[in-house]
Amino acid sequence: MKTSTQTAFRDAPFQLRGASFTMMVLKVGDPRNPNFFPVLAGKIAQAPNFFKNAPVVLDLDDLPPGMPFDFGQFSGLLRNLGMVAVGLQGGTPEQQKDALAAGLAVLPPSRDAKTFDPLAGSGRSPAQGMGAGGGPVEAPARPAPQPEPAPPPAPAAAASRGTLMITEPVRSGRQIYAQGGDLVVVGPVSPGAELVADGSIHVYGALRGRALAGVGGDKASRIFCQSLEAELVSIAGLYRIADDMDRKVLRKQVQIFLDDGFLHIDPVAA
Amino acid sequence: MAKIITMTSGKGGVGKTTSSAAFGTGLALRGFKTCIIDFDVGLRNLDLIMGCERRVVFDFINVVNGEARLNQALIKDKRVENLFILPTSQTRDKDALTMAGVEKILEELKKEFDYILCDSPAGIEKGAQMALYFADEAIIVTNPEVSSVRDSDRILGVIQAKSRRAEQGLEPVKEHLLLTRYDLDRVERGEMLKVEDVLEILAIPLIGIIPESPAVLKASNVGMPVTLDEKSTAGQAYMDAVARFLGEKVEHRFMKPEKKGFFDRLLRRTA
Repeated sequence: MKTSTQTAFRDAPFQLRGASFTMMVLKVGDPRNPNFFPVLAGKIAQAPNFFKNAPVVLDLDDLPPGMPFDFGQFSGLLRNLGMVAVGLQGGTPEQQKDALAAGLAVLPPSRDAKTFDPLAGSGRSPAQGMGAGGGPVEAPARPAPQPEPAPPPAPAAAASRGTLMITEPVRSGRQIYAQGGDLVVVGPVSPGAELVADGSIHVYGALRGRALAGVGGDKASRIFCQSLEAELVSIAGLYRIADDMDRKVLRKQVQIFLDDGFLHIDPVAA
Repeated sequence: MAKIITMTSGKGGVGKTTSSAAFGTGLALRGFKTCIIDFDVGLRNLDLIMGCERRVVFDFINVVNGEARLNQALIKDKRVENLFILPTSQTRDKDALTMAGVEKILEELKKEFDYILCDSPAGIEKGAQMALYFADEAIIVTNPEVSSVRDSDRILGVIQAKSRRAEQGLEPVKEHLLLTRYDLDRVERGEMLKVEDVLEILAIPLIGIIPESPAVLKASNVGMPVTLDEKSTAGQAYMDAVARFLGEKVEHRFMKPEKKGFFDRLLRRTA
């Protein structure tokens, strides 16, 4: 007996859905330090309910290169403290292999890992060393002794990393994905173009293509546009096609959001 | 400094080859040494429109393959000084083009010519990509109807993503819109898109509007670029487009229906 894939899916004894969770990341510096687990236990003792059976993702980027790491043993010790190791963030191919063998999931590397490096670099840049060290002539002679820390422009950098900014018209056939953040388009979006974002989508121009916000499941994300002429809009998987849109909102400045599980398209007062 | 211009559209049948012939002739008439290359391998048409089909011995592909020298394949126009045509092969297909071969020929042409005009095939595949890869400027040929506008939009995206200037992070390819087969009566009746509608979607500068004209088909059939027909509105409109391309300020003509005079009406009635 054969059934089509469609019916097979409909009658499946399960449902597969995307969801997002907030989890703690444990950055492991030196697991051999005898104080490692006692200090961690002290931390947990401050808020035992918060940490009770909490899922934890391991990050081994700070581990000295080449140092072996026993995922099974480490997970067991974390269990004793009431934490559940569920995955490894980033890591080398060997670490990823070992993690999988120990029953942990492999997750993509953290995004803020990169924000850190350029900042550290600029703190030690020759220009800054010269400014702190006085005269430009003697400056090269002595290395800047890491004076007061440079004012951290970190928040701005982090914010711009979270938002993908497109300042040209988005042409038919182009697909743009803002991973992990918002998408801002300054210009029109043509029919046949596709905007996808984990966060919200803002179009300063006419939206004539497709826009899918909150594709990672973020129900609070929204879509904003200057003129709604879209082929399809979607938030967190709920979508509406052009044919089903209220004629009153077409070609209007609108915002699109989820409320009570329904997709709302409301005009924005100019 | 020689410039490479690509005449492209995405959609077929909108007038790329006609426009290449007319525009290239216009550039030559303005005194620039110009070469028009037919990139539509396998569907050789440019030589017909230019009226030099009986003079083709070697072609673009022969030169790419090193079977002939560039000078043997270039055909000098008999009517206009400074105008040359590089015809393509009718027996091969787009796979006969190689990026390195095309680059070598373009570099060689750049030494001798002011403008190299690449007549692109339709589509967004290899042939079209090859024709636009080395472009400094692109002229997007569009008809005032929705499918042509959408395909133009698509090819603009391809230019922004896959041209050499885009890949190497250089100054982007300069884009121009050439609206062809613009039929005033049908626009008035709402059967065709208005100029403003097209510009709203494509959002690139308009270089010219070529009115629908029987002179275009007539010129193609006798192998004469319509620019050489000085009396035709289409020919004048192409010369205007060339002037705008060269940075001159020229008002758009042929956008209002001609006022029919008393005699016109009288003649039409009796004709």
